[in-house]
Amino acid sequence: MARYVIARADEVAPGTAKHVSVAGREIALFNVKGDFFAIANRCPHEGADLCKGQIIGLAESDGPGHYRMTRIGEMVRCPWHGWEFDIRTGRSYCDPARTRVKSFDVSVAKGDRIEGPYQAETFKVTQEEDYVILEV
Amino acid sequence: MSDTLTIENPDAMARQGQGIIDCDIHPSMTTPDELMPFLSQRWRTHMATYGNSLRQGLANTLSHPRMTPEVARADAWPPNGGPPGSDVQFMREQHLDAHGIRIGVLVPLRGTPGNQRNLDFGIALASAVNEWQVDKFCGPEPRLKASLVVTQEDPAAAVAEIEKRAGDARYAQILLPPRSTEPLGRRRYWPIYEAATAANLPIAMHVGGIGGHPATGAGWPSYYIEEHHSQVQTMQALLASFIFEGVFARFPTLRIAFVEGGFGWAPAFSWRMDRAWEKMRDEVPHLRRPPSEYLRENVWFTTQPMEEPFPARNLRDTLNWIGTDRLMFSTDYPHWDFDDPAHAFKIPLEDEERQAIFSGNAARFYGWA
Repeated sequence: MARYVIARADEVAPGTAKHVSVAGREIALFNVKGDFFAIANRCPHEGADLCKGQIIGLAESDGPGHYRMTRIGEMVRCPWHGWEFDIRTGRSYCDPARTRVKSFDVSVAKGDRIEGPYQAETFKVTQEEDYVILEV
Repeated sequence: MSDTLTIENPDAMARQGQGIIDCDIHPSMTTPDELMPFLSQRWRTHMATYGNSLRQGLANTLSHPRMTPEVARADAWPPNGGPPGSDVQFMREQHLDAHGIRIGVLVPLRGTPGNQRNLDFGIALASAVNEWQVDKFCGPEPRLKASLVVTQEDPAAAVAEIEKRAGDARYAQILLPPRSTEPLGRRRYWPIYEAATAANLPIAMHVGGIGGHPATGAGWPSYYIEEHHSQVQTMQALLASFIFEGVFARFPTLRIAFVEGGFGWAPAFSWRMDRAWEKMRDEVPHLRRPPSEYLRENVWFTTQPMEEPFPARNLRDTLNWIGTDRLMFSTDYPHWDFDDPAHAFKIPLEDEERQAIFSGNAARFYGWA
């Protein structure tokens, strides 16, 4: 499993997403309240870019007249047909058994631990910064 | 899992990419006053002073709030500003070029000239919307064709508008609102169909409109998700109206299309009509053939929003029942329920079927083949 630098941690603010291409894969990287998660940038329904989707919560109810908003900022809604996916797992909310987006392991590492496309001798100015690492 | 995966067939995708006719693209205005240059001073003043006069409160909105701003795909807002569907260059890049659309038929929904209570304003508005489409879209982008909007509640004015533009190849069809004062098969609307057949222009009815009646026969729905499905019963009522009022018996060459109203319901509906007709044909003796035969000769359906049964292969039965010569591909760009031509069908299609649905049927419907 290869590790790739895909972003600086400070360039993807909490509640936002970034589209990255890594090893031939299109990836949507999300910052959820400071934690990073990555899922395939392709809705399994008709292929829309999930990085362009609205980041939302989950509207839940115990019955008519009783509503609550949970998991705020942890779901992404497809920009086309509104399919909701759990950013942490890629699972679809409405149809978790049949529709799922591949998720990838993401970690945050200190700049001086990176091995990858950023060569230390060229990019030394950023080695004090934190980077987002993607495992594919 | 496998039923939700797209059928990847590069050869078929390449073929469809060579020439898709998209029967449902929504143009919009960058700003609301974009129509002003196409209105006379009298109606510019009227629009600025009185605005819309529709048969509902909150005349500048829809009867039910939509799930997304401008009913649009979240990724369809032009980078240079304006609402989705208002920027020709962005539409070209994001849709026409990206999806290999050879011809796109514009379906303007704003202004709703056919539902204006002030008929004279509606007549002026219809003419303005017609000129605005060709000026803003069809001129700069010849792949785009306009829809001729008319005021069906004043058929004489509608006929005049049709005759004024008959023969202008930039107009692909006549657009009527399915929610009108009476079901559109009623005889009061027949002058429009006479003019349409004389001009060799088909009729399209796109879901929506503000006719003043509840969206369902049971009354006003509460939710968008509830109203969304009411479009089907509106289309069913229209289909029955056109057939049983005798429109096709009187105008056998008339071509009509139901746009965005679904098609999965049509086979069962035609079975019911045929069974009833066997027992009650003497009520409508002007019908010389079973209702389903008129459906198979005079009626087309656009594909979006695609029917998505589970398992997906069940769609095959529906296609066979309705006939793949009745379906015309549409995307609904830039609206949220857009169908991507490469992914819309979750089942394999034969090459001939694919060609028919993605372009051949539409070419015949519009009179281009």
